[in-house]
Amino acid sequence: MLLSEKQITQLKRRVRETPHPREMILDVLHAIQDANGWVSDEGVELAAIILGLSPLQVEEVATFYDKIYRRPVGRKVIHICDSICCWSRGSEALMQRLQQLLGIAAGETTIDGMFTLLPTCCLGACADAPALRIGKTLYGKVAIEQLEAILDGERTEVSS
Amino acid sequence: MRTCEPLLFKNRRIGETVFLEGYRRTGGYQGLEKALRDMTPASVREEVKASGLRGRGGAGFSTGLKWSFFPSDDPGEKYLVCNGDEMEPGTFKDRQLLLADPHHLLEGVLIACYALGIGTAYIFLRDAYRQCAANLEHAMDEAREAGLLGDNILGSGFSCEVHVHRSAGRYICGEETALLNSLEGLRPNPRSKPPFPAVKGLFGKPTALNNIETLANVPHIITGGAAWYKSLALTEKGSGTKLYGLAGHLETPCCVELPLGMPLGELIRDFGGGVWQQRSFKACLPGGASTPYLTAEHLDVALDYETLEQVGTRLGTGGVVVFDDRTCMVAATLNLLRFFARESCGWCTPCRDGLPLVCWLLERIELGQGTREDMTMLQEQLRYINGRSFCALALGAMGPVDGLLRHFAEEVEDHIRLGRCPLQA
Repeated sequence: MLLSEKQITQLKRRVRETPHPREMILDVLHAIQDANGWVSDEGVELAAIILGLSPLQVEEVATFYDKIYRRPVGRKVIHICDSICCWSRGSEALMQRLQQLLGIAAGETTIDGMFTLLPTCCLGACADAPALRIGKTLYGKVAIEQLEAILDGERTEVSS
Repeated sequence: MRTCEPLLFKNRRIGETVFLEGYRRTGGYQGLEKALRDMTPASVREEVKASGLRGRGGAGFSTGLKWSFFPSDDPGEKYLVCNGDEMEPGTFKDRQLLLADPHHLLEGVLIACYALGIGTAYIFLRDAYRQCAANLEHAMDEAREAGLLGDNILGSGFSCEVHVHRSAGRYICGEETALLNSLEGLRPNPRSKPPFPAVKGLFGKPTALNNIETLANVPHIITGGAAWYKSLALTEKGSGTKLYGLAGHLETPCCVELPLGMPLGELIRDFGGGVWQQRSFKACLPGGASTPYLTAEHLDVALDYETLEQVGTRLGTGGVVVFDDRTCMVAATLNLLRFFARESCGWCTPCRDGLPLVCWLLERIELGQGTREDMTMLQEQLRYINGRSFCALALGAMGPVDGLLRHFAEEVEDHIRLGRCPLQA
């Protein structure tokens, strides 16, 4: 079940009520992603049914945005900023250390399914560079020595 | 130390958000009240035009002039779209405003809608700004409750609805026509212009597009008047205040509101805490990733639209990113170009294929494998890409390359001559 019957009914009602249903495409994709962690092919098809569009019309939008995951991701996605301000304050070293600590390369997911590591462009936290986001939490002024504790904290938060 | 009475940041306390009560306590919504009670839409537009306000999102176009092209008096559906896609690296000012004081933007949006005869506004926010979206939605609930949003605002007969749209990433969505496609649920490639959005924009209707900071200035222009607002700037042609970002190799990176036209060196020294680790200043991006570099010879230059154009760059978003004397400018430029190449939407060839080529040339040079021919080719790409791409993304992307070749040609040549990066020991 990608979305509950109730969620589907609610989304369909909003689609009926808005003058421009297609405008809701990201809202529907966000709902599917929030419930499942990512948007599968079946998720694209469900979105198309809810919106009254073809799967292709949904797909060409879903694949455009880097924060809509069209491939499975870990329970938490680590987005590490590699834009200029973070670069100037050591983001390359942070990225290397993260790969070491997690035992994966950028774009991969840890074997336990906990973390996916992805580079991202500017998070708008330039005064707190270097910055990274794990799930919904933004971390600023990250020192290499802090990474292990940050990852441990994020792991515990999931299991608690 | 030069400071100014803040306008946009007047309620800002780091770590706190001011909502309706606090916003009203310092004069919030007096601009909207004044506009609705004492002014016609045309006189609001006149005041904004007379204020000399220029767009704070990067392009710096006159807001009054932009509004004068808008068919404000035509009947029928029209839209205001507030561009809050803020994804230009080095730019984080709009986020600071929405974290501190979301009603500020809402009041600006409402006054703009009144001035332009618009009944529906969309605020487009980037994916990373979830707290900003939550703040705005809370502010909108409060405003609706207080009769400041929705039908018959403050009993004036003016009605306006505002919607917050949460995006899902991609820099190109900040390009105004790509943003419109994104809002409509289409793949966000840019549209060809003309028709311009003011004629045919969102859902095919006339659409005005303005940046968050731009709109947040409007209430102050209405309450204080155009002449007063204009007088706030330090430069003769400038107008108002600016939210400057300070990032990169500084002791105290921050975002600060100051008069438009602050001298670069003063800004870095007094607000950025100077270059970090007691190193010296080598260069900076004056206003985000797509603006050509300034160097140590420019520390006296005023950070304003015209003064920066005179030295071959742009104010852009006002996000200053500083590089210290140990920075390799080829490496910095390569980082910037990798960003642009990755964020290209792929629609047109000069951008999709040209930017990766530029990255490849910069990589070769940085790794010490570059030749004279590579440098010539880099120079040629400036001509081949600029003016030939479908939208302004590629033009902006080539800004740092232009700056590199104008100010740091010798450093590029050293890479080629030595067969290695001269700044790496």
